[in-house]
Amino acid sequence: MEGPINKIKISLDGKTIFAPKGSTIVEAARENGIYIPTLCHFEGTDPKACCRICTVKINNRLMTSCTTPIAEGMEIESNSAELNDLRKSIVELLFVSGNHFCPTCEKSGNCELQALAYRFKMLVPRFPYSFPRKEVDASSPKIIKEQNRCIACKRCIKTIRDEKGRHYFAYKNRGQHLEVVLDPVLGAAMPDDLARKAMENCPVGSILYKEKGFDEPIGTRKYDKQPIGSEIENQS
Amino acid sequence: MTIKQEINQNAFGNDKNRLMDILLSINETQGYISRKNMLDLSQKLGISMAQVQETVSFYHFFSSKPRGKYNIYLDNSITAVMNGRAEVKEAFEQCCETSFGNVSRDGLFGLFNTSCIGMNDQEPAAIINNKIFTHLTPYRVKHLVEDMRAGKTTDELMYENFGDGNNADPDVKSMVSNHIRKKSIILKKDYIPFTFLTTKLKEYTPGDIVAEIEASNLRGRGGAGFPTGMKWRFGRRTEGKHRVIICNADEGEPGTFKDRVLLTEYADLVFEGMVVAAYATGSDIGLLYLRYEYRYLLKFLNRKLTEMRKNHFLGQNIGGVQGFNFDIRIQSGAGAYVCGEESALIESLEGKRGEPRDKPPFPVEKGYLGYPTIVNNVETLATAVKILHHGAEWYAGFGTKDSLGTKLLSISGDCRFPGIYEVEWGTTIREIIAMSGAENVQAIQVGGPSGMMIGMKDAGNMDNSELMKWYKPSGMMIAEKFFDRKLSYSDLPTGGSIIIFNNHRDLLGEVVMNFMDFFIEESCGSCSTCRNMPIIMKNKLRKILDGHGIRKDIYDLLNWGKVLKASRCGLGQTAGNPVLSSIFHFRHLYEQRIQSLTQFDSGFNLDEATKETKKYVHRKPVFHHFKTSETWKDQ
Repeated sequence: MEGPINKIKISLDGKTIFAPKGSTIVEAARENGIYIPTLCHFEGTDPKACCRICTVKINNRLMTSCTTPIAEGMEIESNSAELNDLRKSIVELLFVSGNHFCPTCEKSGNCELQALAYRFKMLVPRFPYSFPRKEVDASSPKIIKEQNRCIACKRCIKTIRDEKGRHYFAYKNRGQHLEVVLDPVLGAAMPDDLARKAMENCPVGSILYKEKGFDEPIGTRKYDKQPIGSEIENQS
Repeated sequence: MTIKQEINQNAFGNDKNRLMDILLSINETQGYISRKNMLDLSQKLGISMAQVQETVSFYHFFSSKPRGKYNIYLDNSITAVMNGRAEVKEAFEQCCETSFGNVSRDGLFGLFNTSCIGMNDQEPAAIINNKIFTHLTPYRVKHLVEDMRAGKTTDELMYENFGDGNNADPDVKSMVSNHIRKKSIILKKDYIPFTFLTTKLKEYTPGDIVAEIEASNLRGRGGAGFPTGMKWRFGRRTEGKHRVIICNADEGEPGTFKDRVLLTEYADLVFEGMVVAAYATGSDIGLLYLRYEYRYLLKFLNRKLTEMRKNHFLGQNIGGVQGFNFDIRIQSGAGAYVCGEESALIESLEGKRGEPRDKPPFPVEKGYLGYPTIVNNVETLATAVKILHHGAEWYAGFGTKDSLGTKLLSISGDCRFPGIYEVEWGTTIREIIAMSGAENVQAIQVGGPSGMMIGMKDAGNMDNSELMKWYKPSGMMIAEKFFDRKLSYSDLPTGGSIIIFNNHRDLLGEVVMNFMDFFIEESCGSCSTCRNMPIIMKNKLRKILDGHGIRKDIYDLLNWGKVLKASRCGLGQTAGNPVLSSIFHFRHLYEQRIQSLTQFDSGFNLDEATKETKKYVHRKPVFHHFKTSETWKDQ
């Protein structure tokens, strides 16, 4: 089969698709109306596969599809029972390792972690809850950093910077003590638009814009209306 | 010079890629890196304070709080535990009047736990202000603390003789012993370092050298076993303004200490290997990443480099080859096991957190500062020189068909002669037990905690087929019926860590728990899997050890361990191996501990949970649906 010019041929779950050279597997799939679940990935920034949810199988090796560029003839396995269970267990892992109480969360309905949990039909996580003790940092005049809900996806680290390229957010510590913290100096004088953007970019309810509840009531929000990924799957 | 001045006029030109060096220097002079320092640094380097803190808080030996005048980092690897670490720890706590993780009230002592410091053959060992103290006993601790209270310098603290060989060098002055027990083609001193460089290098084209290494089938000796010649060829192929050779001297796998011995006794050979690799790949930048724990060798190694520059083994037109310019710098780490992973090591070299990168691109395409970078293990580089000197054909006379040559093993644990053994590939586990003088062996850990546990009494009839479909260890804990297995890339590949456990050891409670703690401590935390899963697995194992386990818990461990395979780097992918390989080889130990007839046990302990309340209400709560024997008995 001859493909369009400048596009290369790959096989995704046995289906032959074409995508521009240089695109990642996630992008290639999306272009063809196939949704590969992602969480930490944020369009327009360098991927840094932290969440591992987009894991696919290539040549019997697990690879993250948000970072792996496609290659001619690549055979990718994505929508298999094994991989979907892996993704589901990662979602569950994120739930039990933080304190995610959806009914009281400002982001409910717009939260990608919650949306993924619905998509994977998560009921009760298979892992025991750890109920960690986490702090809420409300020291910035503009935002609240709610550590109970942070999934350390790095989105805010990568996207929220000042004009000099300095990061507002950064990792602190490592391993189980890892957290994403707001720079106290930059955070004290955070511009309004950046603070809003930080809240928007956060996939969960860990970054909240201060002094503002919400416009849309729960029940009418993005993922209340349609499941995550459906905008890709229904595009054609 | 004050710290403020140091930040303003540091020797590193306010290059944020040299943040590690700047922080090391502040940490050394002041004892810690304060918030103020981080703020000053951030302004100087043009990054935010949180970004400076990001690096500071990643490394174990950087402190953001004031530490003591003397800082004692006591190794907590399993061999230390097996050799009386608990008593030594208690003695330190009593004498220093503080507990581990804290600084004494008078500010004199800081006590800290630390992961394997590469002294497994002479445990318990500790690092006190960058000086290594081995074979510690409570008696010795008392004297050490008395001397520290008297204000003695770390040099004066040492009563012991210096160790053998270069450990007695004036630039090392260390009590560490080499314990070289078996020499073969690499360790034999039949070669005068730099002979190849001065006499033969001219005759070879870079391509010839790569071809010779490829012909020898040399594979990376750090554990992963990637063909060295191929790596050099790939690195050579990629265009770049510079190319970089990195020697990975960050051996952190608990139980390995071979690189320490190579750097102490064969530093010239290692450096010559770097020069030859630079020639073969067309590199002009050389970096040796030295783990912080081996910082006591830094002065000595830098002297070696100075000598090399004097002899024109580094610098311009090396070995009489026009246009071959190369130099080596040593970069100190600051305490992070994961930095042994090549891309994490590169991140660390660039002054960042040691978080592994996603591949592709591989370092040979895009590595240090974006240049093509070749990362080789210390032992690989030393071996390469010997191969080139004698020829690939000679080298093929050693080892087995699929694994040529020899391997340095770091053997420790329950054996009479722990130390370094250079053995040919193809050596069996049984031979290793015999040569190290081990008796009543219950299990052998091959390849460190990320490897596998092999044991004497393997419950062979257990069904592990499901596990074996996906479980690929990089090494293992081995049971006796497998003791005829051979060390080789096709059977038992290993980076060289061999830890032996005798029949008295509690494999699950002592060994596996220790290894899980290691992975929990050393995870960089970037992947959701490796950050969270080892803790859950450890808690589950704890539940089994506490007598609350049921059969489902074993299956849960097996199934949950799979999630780790989705992690980015080797640390994450192997972080469940202590549990998984012990289930595979020592299933009976798990079966013994579970309640075989119980269907459900949440692990909830009513007595424990109501302990506080009981103190005040003076009676025990009774919940009839929790029909535990305890509550009934007390009524």
